[in-house]
Amino acid sequence: MQDLTENFVELIRRAATDLPADMQQALEKAKAQEESGSAAEGALDTILRNVEMARANATPICQDTGTPIFEIHYPLGVSPRQVTEQIRKACAVATERAYLRPNAVDSLSGKNSGDNTGIDYPTIHFHEWDEDAIQVDLLLKGGGCENVSTQYKLPDSGLGAGRDLDGVRKVVLDAVNKAQGLGCAPGVLGVAIGGDRGSSYVKSKQQLLRPLDDANPEPELADLEERLLEEGNQLGIGPMGFGGKTTLLGVKAGALHRLPASFFVSVAYMCWANRRAQMRVVGEEVTYA
Amino acid sequence: MRKLTVPISEVTIRELTVGEPVILSGVISTGRDAAHKYIIDNFVKTGGNPPEAERELYAKLQDILTEGVIYHCGPVVQQQNGTYSFVAAGPTTSIREEPYQADVIEHFTLRAVIGKGGMGTNTLQACQKVGAVYLHAIGGAASLIAQSVKEVLTVYKKDEFGVPEAFWVIRVEDFPAVVTMDSHGNSLHDKIKSQSNAKLAELIGS
Ligand code: SF4
Repeated sequence: MQDLTENFVELIRRAATDLPADMQQALEKAKAQEESGSAAEGALDTILRNVEMARANATPICQDTGTPIFEIHYPLGVSPRQVTEQIRKACAVATERAYLRPNAVDSLSGKNSGDNTGIDYPTIHFHEWDEDAIQVDLLLKGGGCENVSTQYKLPDSGLGAGRDLDGVRKVVLDAVNKAQGLGCAPGVLGVAIGGDRGSSYVKSKQQLLRPLDDANPEPELADLEERLLEEGNQLGIGPMGFGGKTTLLGVKAGALHRLPASFFVSVAYMCWANRRAQMRVVGEEVTYA
Repeated sequence: MRKLTVPISEVTIRELTVGEPVILSGVISTGRDAAHKYIIDNFVKTGGNPPEAERELYAKLQDILTEGVIYHCGPVVQQQNGTYSFVAAGPTTSIREEPYQADVIEHFTLRAVIGKGGMGTNTLQACQKVGAVYLHAIGGAASLIAQSVKEVLTVYKKDEFGVPEAFWVIRVEDFPAVVTMDSHGNSLHDKIKSQSNAKLAELIGS
């Protein structure tokens, strides 16, 4: 396998310093919908100008460059161990070049490793597939919004939420309401229904890699996504919690099998700086999207 | 959009109401936990009679903060050929300063506090009493805000408090923010929260 270290650095640069086109369009559309002269419109305008500036100067969109999360699909024959080594090296290089802020802190000593590597840091998940290509999706997940990500256990009597999709809807709306003023709205929600506590959180984050305009193949989930997006925005929290029409830019939901005894709902909250980027390696050729 | 220039008069502050976007220009100082605690211990608790060693800084801070602005920010700072510049300068969460903020506002006659997430009742009351506002900066807009920091004039207590916690005295131009707590007792945060709580109850039927 060829050495992809420099390509991973480029992938990180793209993710940290630019927003995906669908996010940018969603923010522009949101700005047009807000009342002219309102705080909500002002916030979105500032966000969009900040994005332009970061792109032009190749500087991080936000000072918190987040946890790098890599989801990798690879064909038989590629060594996950080698890829992991290259990614870790790339994280250190990207930190040196100031695409990433040093963000990996030793939980015991409190010491920052200084190069964005550490125990299970960055996060890397491997999935073998049949395609003869390597596909790498990268998400930079900020800390402020991670702190408002949450998990519910159904039934939840306080919210009158039972073990069904309507119960899921109720707890997710509660999570959006609780996140107000924190987590830098407008955001995108990744929702996972079922699984154990761990797999559920992982699945909820993986939803965030989906493009905003994709359609969920599961009709029930597609309906839920649409309804949550609409009702989440009815809460009126608005950009930065200033009030307004735009609280959410997208909702993406997935389901997992669960134990009969447990019914978890995980909500991964992603801020407006929804920094994701993709790279594909086919033979010698590397492309980015 | 309304432009504010530091020092800001009480009359101007009293004209502002929550929800209004503003752009701010002039000389301000950053300050977070360590800076607020320092002000309380040395200036507020001593009734404006700081220990000998802190008198010089007291006079300098009075110059900057009287009818001035404090910014809750832990900047990423670059030093080149002896001069400092801000690389990233987004707001940090303000509520941590709630135990100190009201006293700091009253002590210096601060006219504005910039941060994110809003603050509590004590700060709101001090704003009303003194004639001050809370300005909410845009979380995450680090590049843009750093761009509006035109000059780092000086820094106090850098070695003692560390870079993120020091008093960085900066000249800003067209710094974008929104008034979310005004000098008439209104908090946009409280208002939005009670509206969204009511809407949530309606949507989930509880
Ligand atoms: S929540 Fe997102 S936009 Fe806000 S400070 Fe964190 S990474 Fe930046």
